[in-house]
Amino acid sequence: MTKKPGINQAKADNQVDTNIKSNNKNSNGTIKKAKMSKSTRDNMITYGIVPIAFIIVQILEAGNLISNLMSGLLVSFCIYIILAVSLNLTVGILGELSLGHAGFMCLGAFTSAFFSKCTVDVITFAPLRFILALLIGAAVAGLAGILIGLPVLRLKGDYLAIVTLAFGEIIKNVINALYVGRDQNGFHASLKDALSLNMTDDGEVIIDGALGIIGTPRDSSLLVGVLLILLTLFIVLNLIKSRDGRAIMSIRDNLIAAESVGINITKYKLMAFSISAALAGVAGVLYAHNLNSLAATTRNFGYNMSIMILVFVVLGGIGNIRGSMIAAVVLTLLPELLRGLDKYRMLIYAVVLILMMLFNWSPKIVAWRKQHTTRYFINKIFRRELKPANIDQNTADQNKGGQ
Amino acid sequence: MALLDVTNLSISFGGLRAVDNFNISIEKGSLYGLIGPNGAGKTTFFNLLTGVYKPNEGIINLDGNNITNMKTVEINKAGIARTFQNIRLFKELSVLDNVKVGLHNRFHYNTLSGILRLPSYYRTEKIMNEKAYELLKVFDLEGEADYLAANLPYGKQRKLEIARALATSPKLLLLDEPAAGMNPNETKELMDTIRFVRDEFDMTILLIEHDMKLVSGICERLTVLNFGKVLMSGETATVLNDSRVITAYLGE
Repeated sequence: MTKKPGINQAKADNQVDTNIKSNNKNSNGTIKKAKMSKSTRDNMITYGIVPIAFIIVQILEAGNLISNLMSGLLVSFCIYIILAVSLNLTVGILGELSLGHAGFMCLGAFTSAFFSKCTVDVITFAPLRFILALLIGAAVAGLAGILIGLPVLRLKGDYLAIVTLAFGEIIKNVINALYVGRDQNGFHASLKDALSLNMTDDGEVIIDGALGIIGTPRDSSLLVGVLLILLTLFIVLNLIKSRDGRAIMSIRDNLIAAESVGINITKYKLMAFSISAALAGVAGVLYAHNLNSLAATTRNFGYNMSIMILVFVVLGGIGNIRGSMIAAVVLTLLPELLRGLDKYRMLIYAVVLILMMLFNWSPKIVAWRKQHTTRYFINKIFRRELKPANIDQNTADQNKGGQ
Repeated sequence: MALLDVTNLSISFGGLRAVDNFNISIEKGSLYGLIGPNGAGKTTFFNLLTGVYKPNEGIINLDGNNITNMKTVEINKAGIARTFQNIRLFKELSVLDNVKVGLHNRFHYNTLSGILRLPSYYRTEKIMNEKAYELLKVFDLEGEADYLAANLPYGKQRKLEIARALATSPKLLLLDEPAAGMNPNETKELMDTIRFVRDEFDMTILLIEHDMKLVSGICERLTVLNFGKVLMSGETATVLNDSRVITAYLGE
């Protein structure tokens, strides 16, 4: 969202002000259209980055320019991007802090892996099985979001952060203690050990406690990941620019005012939170089907993971969907690129975090960036004279109105 | 029958009776003023009307419906919209979107059509845009429709708040100190706007104001609050010349 300082200036100059008004009355429709196409263009860029990145990666892969390590990470990028974008819906658009995003991902991962492993012999057509797994994972995670949100989102304050933090840990620990098996009599579950499942000889353990689920069909691929990113973007961006999205953002901006114009606060908080949770579930499905063995550890589904996703969101810019994507890729790529530096790796990682934070949020740097847009540099290279329009589109619009 | 009928309304915070046995009756289409010294309970009364606080006693009737213990959202749907003493806009939304949030309950399409961009999305959004621009035009804000609300100058922010409240198509509009912080020119412009809104939208308006020029200029009737109690009610001229009112404002 860009600030528009031009308006104060116009207000100061009365003559300009009245001229603007008459100008806008004349060309109201055109101004509206121009601005709308700007936001559409913004979205197009956000969508466009994804297939372009995909094509570049394909070219690099064809030319054998990517290390094995890196190509193993490609699906992870997709997972992190989906997580970051979906968390941004809660943190940036709804304005609530959630520290349990990995918990929802965990739920999506295990329910979908469970489904896929059970049906791997029944549904042999992999895409259909994966789509069903996807729907199940998203639905279960979304449902969990509703169950958690229902009591907590009615409260004002940071309760959501505390409850989701606890939720993430509980889910992880419960799944670590969960044993589920299947034999001719149907499903058996236990929280003790595999033996107490009391299965007949043909029984097969599906969820094996801390060992998790082994032998999930590997239906994920980079292409699937990219398609799911596009799906996530489609849902989130379209939601934001709709009646419901406006209601959600109005709650973020001023809860009391939103209530006073008849916005059902709990409904829209729940909507945003559960969609965000369901999309985390989608990331979980992608994750589960990318690995042969799925286990809930501190590393993949712990609160560290939740915090890391939050770091992507904060560094990418709260409420900035494209920023979340870029931050997720850069911050996942960085530790791998720095692997050669061995023990200085995490030190440099920390420095980069700080620099990115400054670049995104420091008022002076933000002001500098506004002046030095891409167009500014293009003009400089071609030695064109800098028109005011290139510094501040808005002021320029108004000046044009005044002439 | 009066549009708004409040009988024996009271609320206490601890030992303080902020609003005490308050009665008011407002006819449809009138421009009604609520005045009184600071801390008299005027804004508390607005908060009682809009369900922010629940009264200890008393009944609020709007157009024949008892709205006494309804929630804020339901009261808005029943037909009361308000502005705030300290402006409460959706600052990170555009001016147009602020008004469109006000239109939220009047034009519907479901979440799925919003996400999948079904025809009902485009149809409804188009109507919403038209309605919103109509309202913005009334307040001379249509040129700033795409600005962030936070970037509007103060006077226009006040106007936008009124536009947003009107977007919910209320029966009764509550204005909490609409002229606060405005210069004489802006106040005069605001008076014209308020009158215009009353005539154009056939609106009933209840406003709290300290600016006596505005009050005497546009209000037909006044109620004076002092220490939570009604000091007097009546025609504007009579009330403003009453010795008790002058004493309450200026002291003995």
